[in-house]
Amino acid sequence: MLNLLDIIETVNMIEQENLDIRTVTMGISLLDCADSDIDRSCEKIYKKIMGKAGNFVKTVNDIQCEYGVPIINKRISVTPIAMLVAVSGGDPVKYAEILQKCADDTGVDFIGGYSALVHKGYSAGDRELIESIPEALARTKNICSSVNIGSTKSGINMDAVKEMGVIIKRAAELTKDNNCIGPAKLVVLCNAPEDNPFMAGAFHGVGEPDCAIHVGVSGPGVVQSAIKKRPDGDVGEIAEIIKKTAFKITRMGQLIGTVASERLGIPFGIVDLSLAPTPAVGDSVARILEEMGLEQCGIHGTTAALAMLNDAVKKGGVTASSSVGGLSGAFIPVSEDAGMIEAAREGTLSIEKLEAMTAVCSVGLDMIVLPGKTPSEVISAIIADEAAIGMVNTKTTAVRVIPAIGKDVGEELEFGGLLGSGPVMNINISKSPKRFIDRGGRIPAPMQSLKN
Amino acid sequence: MRSVITIIGKDKVGITAKVSTICANRNVNIIDISQSVLKDVFVMVMLTEFENGSSIIPKLIADFKELSAQTGLDIRVINEDVFNSMHKI
Repeated sequence: MLNLLDIIETVNMIEQENLDIRTVTMGISLLDCADSDIDRSCEKIYKKIMGKAGNFVKTVNDIQCEYGVPIINKRISVTPIAMLVAVSGGDPVKYAEILQKCADDTGVDFIGGYSALVHKGYSAGDRELIESIPEALARTKNICSSVNIGSTKSGINMDAVKEMGVIIKRAAELTKDNNCIGPAKLVVLCNAPEDNPFMAGAFHGVGEPDCAIHVGVSGPGVVQSAIKKRPDGDVGEIAEIIKKTAFKITRMGQLIGTVASERLGIPFGIVDLSLAPTPAVGDSVARILEEMGLEQCGIHGTTAALAMLNDAVKKGGVTASSSVGGLSGAFIPVSEDAGMIEAAREGTLSIEKLEAMTAVCSVGLDMIVLPGKTPSEVISAIIADEAAIGMVNTKTTAVRVIPAIGKDVGEELEFGGLLGSGPVMNINISKSPKRFIDRGGRIPAPMQSLKN
Repeated sequence: MRSVITIIGKDKVGITAKVSTICANRNVNIIDISQSVLKDVFVMVMLTEFENGSSIIPKLIADFKELSAQTGLDIRVINEDVFNSMHKI
């Protein structure tokens, strides 16, 4: 018989501490759907996605029921659509619409991959796709878009950085009657991973197999309550507790991923070791930092606490899975984390502090609401700063900011669901980076790229 | 397949009988039972075995939901593999 205390611990994790599998994501290659006729290309996409994922949601729901483990999202990631646009030409929004139909008919929560990879420069299809992003996001509900504008190996494409500032603003303007939801589904990346199961940055990289199952785990609440049991432990002890907890969480992710992969007959890809918060009480990364002893997330000490948390999560998780990938680390999306929302509302958490935090944890400036009047070149400059952190530190960084059209500091945007709600954060725009951004060109690859 | 059924809540007369009856009606074999009172909360854990998990478990969960509504007990059905993977190396 199993140990009674172990059983109670697991039940408590699921029941009280919001332990769940955040997402099971099926990556599907669409390279064999490319056709010189865009309508035929769309037909092939529909056929392929329905063929691979027609039974996906039902299978995952069955696993949830049989295993008694909550699985929150079912998602699909596809080949960056810019590659299909390169072959077919035509209006890229048609691809967004067929993907939306696939999302509706398979029942998945999101499809990611309305994407372009332009870290070294634009190739055929990239420009058209990027220009169409605002309209594609306004006309669809469950489609996510991403653009990779930099990498450690190639530097930062500053032309794309400049363009993305404009695209993000336009995406917000086109959806201003719907809480500016457009840019909440759009992320600008540096060093984008090809097997990421999390949105909005998920796409199915060209080096991936035809189809793969990835799993993203969660569990900030579990880590928080584990730390709570050791109020006087030193930081080394806290790191040990986090490692043990991350190990357990990841083992559950590995189990569910393996079962899903077997039942769907699709190879298992990776477990993403991320601590992904939700706006629900008891599911916050900020609260973990506060449990460690910070009065509020965002004060001095936050970066150090987060660095330790992020490292311990990886150390605990990496031995628990056969294959780790994706973003793997603690997420700090402001609008999706009850503790972050509170800290931002009270002015304790600033964009500058968040930027420092992104140097030591997963992803980047995520789900941050900016004043609607923020000029596009400032958004571009935010992207450039964040990409520079990723490029130099050989890590993934990302920017997902939402200009709240017609709103200013003190007001809020309500996205609902997992995306939560976010206060408009203060941003320094008294001096302009316009001349720097207007230069365009490419920041050359850093010394870190010369590893051969 | 094997699942662990956990029953947590206030101790009452007949809990074991009610849960066992539901299991028997659904042709679920109880392999082991252990129970304890932890911090004033009654905890019972049953290791069970049955065929056709995918069709039985939804019905079992529905039955337990009804029992939960009547008694205020929290009842969960979790696959044994979840515990094995989380707590055993």
